[in-house]
Amino acid sequence: MTLDVAAIRREFPIFEAVPPPFHYLDSAATGQICRAAAKALWHFETAARANVKRGVYRLADEATRAYEDARAQIARYLDAAGPEEIVFTTGATFGLNLAAHVLSERLQPEDEILLSIAEHHSNLVPWQMAAERRGARIRAIPVDERGRLRLDRLGELVSARTRIIAVTHVSNVTGAITDIPRIAEAAAAVGALLVVDGAQRVPHGPLSVRRLGCDVYAFSAHKMFGATGAGALWVRRDLLASLPPFLGGGEMIRRVSIERTRYADPPRRFEAGTPPIGPVLAMAAAARWLAGLDWSAIRDHERRLLARLLDGLQTIPAVILRGPREIEDRFGVVAFEVRGVHAHDVCQMLDGFGVCLRGGHHCAQPLMEAFGTEATARASLALYNDEADIDALLEGLAYTIRRLA
Amino acid sequence: MSADLYNEQIVAAARAADGAGNLADPDVVVERDNPLCGDRIRLELHLRQGRIAALAHRTRGCLLTRAAASLLARRARGLDVAAARALRARIERLLAGGETAEDPDLAMFRPVASVRSRHECVLLPFEALVHAFESAESGPEAS
Repeated sequence: MTLDVAAIRREFPIFEAVPPPFHYLDSAATGQICRAAAKALWHFETAARANVKRGVYRLADEATRAYEDARAQIARYLDAAGPEEIVFTTGATFGLNLAAHVLSERLQPEDEILLSIAEHHSNLVPWQMAAERRGARIRAIPVDERGRLRLDRLGELVSARTRIIAVTHVSNVTGAITDIPRIAEAAAAVGALLVVDGAQRVPHGPLSVRRLGCDVYAFSAHKMFGATGAGALWVRRDLLASLPPFLGGGEMIRRVSIERTRYADPPRRFEAGTPPIGPVLAMAAAARWLAGLDWSAIRDHERRLLARLLDGLQTIPAVILRGPREIEDRFGVVAFEVRGVHAHDVCQMLDGFGVCLRGGHHCAQPLMEAFGTEATARASLALYNDEADIDALLEGLAYTIRRLA
Repeated sequence: MSADLYNEQIVAAARAADGAGNLADPDVVVERDNPLCGDRIRLELHLRQGRIAALAHRTRGCLLTRAAASLLARRARGLDVAAARALRARIERLLAGGETAEDPDLAMFRPVASVRSRHECVLLPFEALVHAFESAESGPEAS
């Protein structure tokens, strides 16, 4: 079935608010908020606001109920075994820091954490900090010339020393999808834990963390068309139950005396303080709306757009494409350079055409280094993009090359 | 429109790459990164009695950064630390929309004032210069 993109776009208030030309191709940085999420956020903050897990009066009880319903909604979106496996966070960065912090307590000197060259700094720096604290070592899965993880090297990189493997599900630079089940198998063989950065995967439809075979999965709400300031961390139930708390404070305790504290069971043990309630409810509303869409039609639509973009870019001699050329095994995140024109200058010129692109190192400097560059431009697609967005990008690029290359 | 940033003077200054290269036995070497995009300038100075006798730079960056590096190279000779700070302050005022002096070299950056996210691009070489003087005061080691 063909996707009714106009109907999808009507579900995003931004397209009514920003006058044309407006071609938003930066969804890998942040997605636009969908109407369902905006409505949930507004409703909570203006008509249903109370703190959760505390009050017994009706408003507070309803807020608590909505908050726990949101947990169940997110659990369903991820196909988790249950809502108690979902820890609400402020975003993927917070989730990955939480994971790195609590898992690092298991590390001994000389233990190894295996990352990949393609990681976003959020799934790299927290592990470096953890390694430094514990005297552990960082190793990295290299990438090929198109930025795909060299999983053929897993055999030599994964050993009895490997305690944690942390990789991205979908690259925020190239859109390449990582074969998580294959890494999960390698991790299981040596008893290592597998942490997955799912920030770029969740906007592309529901998924099954159980089928992936990972132990931890982190993402942000704002990339899946929710509000900023919320996210979730999924952790396999038995693992979560065995982990120490991260932040201390209210709501994460069972009993506190002046000498010591007994902690609450998960997931509350990991949710100290008042959570971002409105953004969490908005995230769940976005997940509910997304889960009801025809993902086979959306995937076809995104693939058509991606093909149009890749074809267009490949006809421009000055363009250097980074990342895989194949449409399969990737999502619509496309990094490219223009010979003789810096990525920021490309993005600035395209702004004149109403085209919103990201330029820079995309918080993935090791990958930039592997590509032998310091910065690329990046176009990233979401379900609300259409052919006009791609054509505006290609037209603006042709003009930029005439002016600056 | 964004393309207005790229006036002919900026494009010409960036392409001229004045001062691009290296010095033999520099007295000071510093590197400065723009965290936004990873752009980097490496500055090398010969100093005589606290003033710049020669400056060379290697700049990996956007047109704005390269144009600013060219401008810096043209202006560098004879500057001391106070003059370097004053030059940086003038650029900052210009980007804040407050510098009105008729200096055609500086004025080419005036359109950048309206694009907050690009101020760092123009400032990077001037930041590096002040950093170079500070590092010369604290020792010859590259940083």
